[in-house]
Order: sequence, then C-alpha cells, then structure tokens
Amino acid sequence: MDVKPRIGYVHRGIEKALENRTYIQGAFLVERVCGICSNAHQCTFMMATEEAGGIEVSEKANFIRTIVAELERIHSHLLWLGAAGLEIGFETLFMYVWRDREVVMDLLEAISGNRVNYAMNILGGVRRDISPELADKIRKGLDYLEERTNYYKKLCLEESTVRKRTEGVGVLDPVTGVKLGAVGPTIRASGVKFDVRKNDPHLKYDEADFELITWDTCDTFGRVVVRVLETIESIKIIRWCLDHMPKKGDIMPEKLIRRVPEGEAYARFEAQRGELIYYVKSNGTDKPYRVKIRTPTMANILSVAELLKGCYIADLPIALASIDPCFSCEDRITFIDIEKEKTWTWTREELRRYSREFNEKEKRW
Amino acid sequence: MGLLSKLVKWARTKSPWILHLNTGGCNACDIEILAALMPRFDVERFGIILMGSPRHADVLVCTGPITKQMKPRFRKLYEQVPDPKFVMAVGNCACTGGVFKGCYGVEGGIDTAVPVDVYVPGCPPKPEAIIDGVAKLLAKLQKS
Repeated sequence: MDVKPRIGYVHRGIEKALENRTYIQGAFLVERVCGICSNAHQCTFMMATEEAGGIEVSEKANFIRTIVAELERIHSHLLWLGAAGLEIGFETLFMYVWRDREVVMDLLEAISGNRVNYAMNILGGVRRDISPELADKIRKGLDYLEERTNYYKKLCLEESTVRKRTEGVGVLDPVTGVKLGAVGPTIRASGVKFDVRKNDPHLKYDEADFELITWDTCDTFGRVVVRVLETIESIKIIRWCLDHMPKKGDIMPEKLIRRVPEGEAYARFEAQRGELIYYVKSNGTDKPYRVKIRTPTMANILSVAELLKGCYIADLPIALASIDPCFSCEDRITFIDIEKEKTWTWTREELRRYSREFNEKEKRW
Repeated sequence: MGLLSKLVKWARTKSPWILHLNTGGCNACDIEILAALMPRFDVERFGIILMGSPRHADVLVCTGPITKQMKPRFRKLYEQVPDPKFVMAVGNCACTGGVFKGCYGVEGGIDTAVPVDVYVPGCPPKPEAIIDGVAKLLAKLQKS
C-alpha cells in the first residue's frame, strides 16, 4: 500500500485573519484552530506575543497555565485512548475511558467555566484564579483519575486484544522519524528523547518533577503506552503545581494590555500531539503584523505517510489514529487497487467496519 | 393516516440515525457530540445511533463553518442522504460562521450550502444542549 496525503479540507485562513484582529480577539480565534488543544494554542500565542513585546507574566499565572495545560493533556490523551479502542474494535475500552474523561472535563469546567474552549489566557496572565477549595476539588479528581489510569496502564500492557492489534503495526524507525520531523508521542514511541517540556522548558516545567516517557518498540503499541504513561506524569505535574503555587499574587496585569511594542518572537510549546510553534511579529499597534502557526499534526503528516506504507488496509484506521491526527478530515480515504485498476472511496466508518470484519476472518485477535 | 405511514413515522421518531460531519470546524463540537453519545449522557436511549455512511442516515449533524474546499463535497454528501432528511447545525460556526466570519477560506454557516432544521448555538454547545436540540428535532419529526 502506498499513501499520498491530501490536506486542506479545513483550511480556513486563520493566519491571515489574525492580521486584522486585535491581540485580544486573536486569542479567542487561535483557540479555535483546534478544539482539543485549544489551551495549547492560546497559551503559545500569548507566550510568543509576550516575548515579542517584553510583557511580564506573574509567577502565579504561570502555575495556573501549567495546571490547565496538563489537565488538557490528560483530557486529550484519554480521548485518544478511547478513540484508539474504537479503532481496534474494543468498544468497552472506548466507553470506559470516555466515562472517566468526564471527570477531567468537570475539573476544567470548574476552573474555566467551559468544557472545551477554556479562554484562560490573556496578555500578561490568566483570566481565572484557582482558589484553595477548587485546588482540593482538583486533588480529589486527580486521585480518581490516577487510579483509573493505572488500571488502563495495566490493561494496555497485558491485554492481548490490544497487543495483537497494535504490535508491529505502523512501524516508524527513529532515523526516518527524525528525518521527516516527527514530534510528540509519535517520535517518543520510537525511543527518541524529544519533549519541549524537557529540552526547552517553558512555563513551570523546568522546576516540576516529572519523567520524559519514551518507548522503543517504534509501533502503534508504543504510542499507546507512551500516551498512557504520560497521563500519569501529567497527574504528577498538576499535584506538584497545586502544592507549590503561591497563595497570593496577581494573576493578570491591572490594566488590560492592548498594544504590544515592536518586536518578533518565536514560542515552542509541548502540546498533546507534539511541538507547537508560534511566530509573532508585532509592529507597535494592537494587531499583529504576522503570525505563523506550525501545528504538530503538520509535522507528523509526512511520517504517517511513511509508516502506513506496506500496512494492511485493515490496520489503516489504528495506524493513522496512532499519531493522534488533529485534522477532522481524514474522513474520506480513496483506495486505488493497482492490480484490479479499481478506485473507490470509503468513509472512516466503512473503513472501520471493514477492518473489524477482516480481523475476525483472519483470527488476528 | 394509513397504518403504514403511521408505522414509518413511529420508526422514524424512535430511531433517528445520524451522520456526524465536520465541515471545517475545530473538533470542539465534535468531541462534545461524541461525549453526548457516551455513558454519562447516552443519547442512544432515544434510539440515536452514529452511522458511517450517508446512505444509512436520517439526520446530518454538522459542525463547523463551511470551508471553500468542503462545500462541493458537502453538497454531494447531502444528496446521498435518503429523503426525508434533516440537518442539525451544531455550534456557533455551523449556525452563522461565528468566529471565522471573514476568513478567506470560509463560506459561512451550514445554511449557505443546505437548508437547516435545527440550530444549536454555543462554542461549543454542552452535550446537554445538543441533546435538547435532538429532542426538538424529534418533536419536529413527530409533527411532520
């Protein structure tokens, strides 16, 4: 099987639109680049702008940003684990994980007031504080999540259904991965120690106590394990932040910052899917001169084309899902059978059904 | 009303099968729609099942604004859904274009391409709001 990615179905022109929106309006627009990593986008945009304009961020605001970023990582990784369960036909796992994910959604809603687009960041700080009562609530939620995630860790490492469908599927060797610029859990599952949180720490990651997770099987199984183990590390980081967060202090500047002094900057952020990059050039007005966004899926798309080559069509859903693609438009896939000179298009659901039937027939689980 | 048409209507209101389609949105509404299908909210108790093919669906649940590249494909998908078909626009961008209004790749809301039956505003709407939209659609089906 050979693969050619065709992208652009959700191209909306956000980078251009940012040029005629103020920084404050832009903050809410970049959030909608992707709903699943909305905080990562907004936070990186703010970090880049703050660096370009030399704006100070208070200590407490940085702690709150880290907490929200890690809660978001838990929500995204659990979402992915559930979706992976669905792709391999393990629907019980899907339902279980999504039930537990509601706990972290409740926590995010308690902090920010919204379940998905949190709108937490503003130039120079964050918009909402975490009170001691709320911190206790988060700790309680984390205890439950830790117990469940440990269960999923055991399940993923030992359950033969998961192992048989994911081991040896979609192999990406580290050399090719690095050459094609893969990032995030995709490259960490190939044993490469690359995580912006460790290599170029932002927010509070330089002080927080956590481990860089890698796995050396280079396949889809590795990507499952890396994500589950990272969820446990995220819980650790949030606990550390809640314990060390200053009790007093401003979370945002007294006066809302509208104009940003001239300058340019570049910010990196370890989003859930990998390294997210924002480049901002400001020109002294209240609107950015140029914004460039490099999302992690864009970096991973070449390596996914590489790792799909030679796969079974039945393994395509899980192998494709294993990079956690952020575009919602891999919905339609065109197949070309060279021997029979036949072309047909399947939606993702139809492909998923084919995958299950094929695996049942071949007794691969 | 004949017995057969009564039966058809009963079947239609008790088991509306949906096709979930992202026409260029940010995934936020999509994960909330999935959350509505999950154990906590569980719309499957109303007989609602997510289908994979437009040919099996009664209701098109659309999220996101219509992008230029998606519009012709979306029309094609809409034509594949058997009659009578219903369209639900979930989220602010699907209703009006929302935050993306004015972006060069965006055409506007879902209603610039196809007629819409139910609008569910919110960015993203909570699963409860989506379920409310579904209930309103079912009431509409009952009347039709």
